[in-house]
Amino acid sequence: MNLNAAAASLENNPETAAGKTVYVYEAPVRLWHWLNALCILVLASTGYLIASPLPSVAGEASANFLMGYIRFAHFAAAYVFAVGFLVRIYWAVVGNHHARELFYLPITDMKWWAGLVRELRWYLFLEKQPYKYVGHNPMGHLFMFLFVTVAAVLMICTGFALYGEGMGLGSWQDRLFGWVIPLLGGSQATHSWHHLGMWGIVTFVILHVYAAVREDIMSRQTMISTMIGGQRTFRE
Amino acid sequence: MTETFYDVLRRQGISRRSFLKFCSLTATSLGLSSAYAAKIAHAMETKPRTPVIWLEGLECTCCSESFIRSAHPLTKDVILSMLSLDYHVTLMAAAGHQAEKQLEDIKKKYKGNYILAVEGNPPLNEDGMYCIEGGRPFVEILKETAADAKAVIAWGACASYGCVQAAKPNPTRATPIDKVITGKPIIKVPGCPPIAEVMTGVVTYMLTFDRIPELDRQGRPKMFYGQRIHDKCYRRPHFDAGQFVEQWDDENAHKGYCLYKMGCKGPTTYNACSTVRWNDGVSFPIQSGHGCIGCSEEGFWDKGSFYDRVTDIKQFGIEANADKVGGTAAALAGSAVAVHAAASALKKAKKSDSAEKVTGGN
Repeated sequence: MNLNAAAASLENNPETAAGKTVYVYEAPVRLWHWLNALCILVLASTGYLIASPLPSVAGEASANFLMGYIRFAHFAAAYVFAVGFLVRIYWAVVGNHHARELFYLPITDMKWWAGLVRELRWYLFLEKQPYKYVGHNPMGHLFMFLFVTVAAVLMICTGFALYGEGMGLGSWQDRLFGWVIPLLGGSQATHSWHHLGMWGIVTFVILHVYAAVREDIMSRQTMISTMIGGQRTFRE
Repeated sequence: MTETFYDVLRRQGISRRSFLKFCSLTATSLGLSSAYAAKIAHAMETKPRTPVIWLEGLECTCCSESFIRSAHPLTKDVILSMLSLDYHVTLMAAAGHQAEKQLEDIKKKYKGNYILAVEGNPPLNEDGMYCIEGGRPFVEILKETAADAKAVIAWGACASYGCVQAAKPNPTRATPIDKVITGKPIIKVPGCPPIAEVMTGVVTYMLTFDRIPELDRQGRPKMFYGQRIHDKCYRRPHFDAGQFVEQWDDENAHKGYCLYKMGCKGPTTYNACSTVRWNDGVSFPIQSGHGCIGCSEEGFWDKGSFYDRVTDIKQFGIEANADKVGGTAAALAGSAVAVHAAASALKKAKKSDSAEKVTGGN
């Protein structure tokens, strides 16, 4: 299929005709999405405060545990995030085909590339209308794959490697993830990559929230309510 | 027959009482139970001593300087009596051809049975001409001597990771010894220099138990490099409490708060400084009010400032830390979103405007 034919088939997809409503995101996916959002909020803010701590507190050291609480919140949220990610992988296997989108890129599919070009032109104001999709549009799909799946794997690997340093040699965190530290050139470098990963995710969140709100208004299909109720309705 | 350690010690006039004291101290410093003191004593009384050849390549001799300051005098005596009998460029009495002959003799006589301790590293550029010993490139001497050694000890940051002479741009291509020596167990004892008691501890362990200590992923003895400085730092309670030195010489510095914000590398550095300490356990950098510089970590010269917590990364061609790189990306994304949102709003307004006009026309 060449690009033009691919574009034509996207334009006339009966599934996305105006007035149609499709059930896209199943309950576990939606629940995971919002839990993940909460985790990221906690992880990014506490993580930033671990690298750049708050001004010193007064009083005896024994009477304070501020840094300890911040680190605890970070580690607790990290466990929820990691377990959530594992459950999400499980759901990708047993859930509907939209639940699998996060974990692969259809780079051999011409239709996907045609959609990606169209989406890019839409964001550059070169198209009057974007194509409609039941699941993610190709641009969203690409960003999801890079900044949710790949980033989560990197953050979990570097994060647990660093956590394993505190848990000690021989802990399961050390045995499973300890190899990451020499690979990245030491503990300090691993901290730096983990920190950069946080900024990558923060940048993604800004774009993600903007795109969701914008497309809800401008691209003839529901976005925000879809992640709440799971149904996507198409408009003219 | 070859002398045992104990024979050597007695010959040097060391009493049995002092000898036993040394054995229990060694057991303690190696983290072994008191039952091992007797085992160490027994090993030193019965085993023929293993010769140690100590080579020095591109280095500053700070490892040797640290080594000879090993706190317990007997430790020093034990090791020095062994080493001075064999080969150590700085410490041995022989010089010139005699010294070189000495090295050849040990290599022949104890083939496959001596321990090679390497201080410094070989520079590989210009066929190794940046470090010449006895008229030959050090890299050749190193490879030859390692070929017949039982095990190799990499002393300090130089031999383990390259240290300052391997820092960017590394003009002589100074190379850690594990990249040059193959097929031999290599024990890395990093630090610039390593702690004296750690060095004597490692040697004693190998000589008495006739095996190399248990190593971690990076080839360091777990007993001394199993934990970070931060894990055993006496200022750790201030870290957990959230009490930091905010700037040099402030009130918090006087109170001995945590040096985390001043760029202390204790949280990312594996060494025994906060437990063994230096100079007979007198102090260590953090106790003296300065952060750890991470001298026992790989490439510590190239890992950004000693005084930054979030250090610069150079992967991006510019020197900037994760906050600058990431913060800039996030700010750019934010501005792009704002501009894009404004443009989108205009577009939508225009569209509904024209739609109204069309309706109005009907």
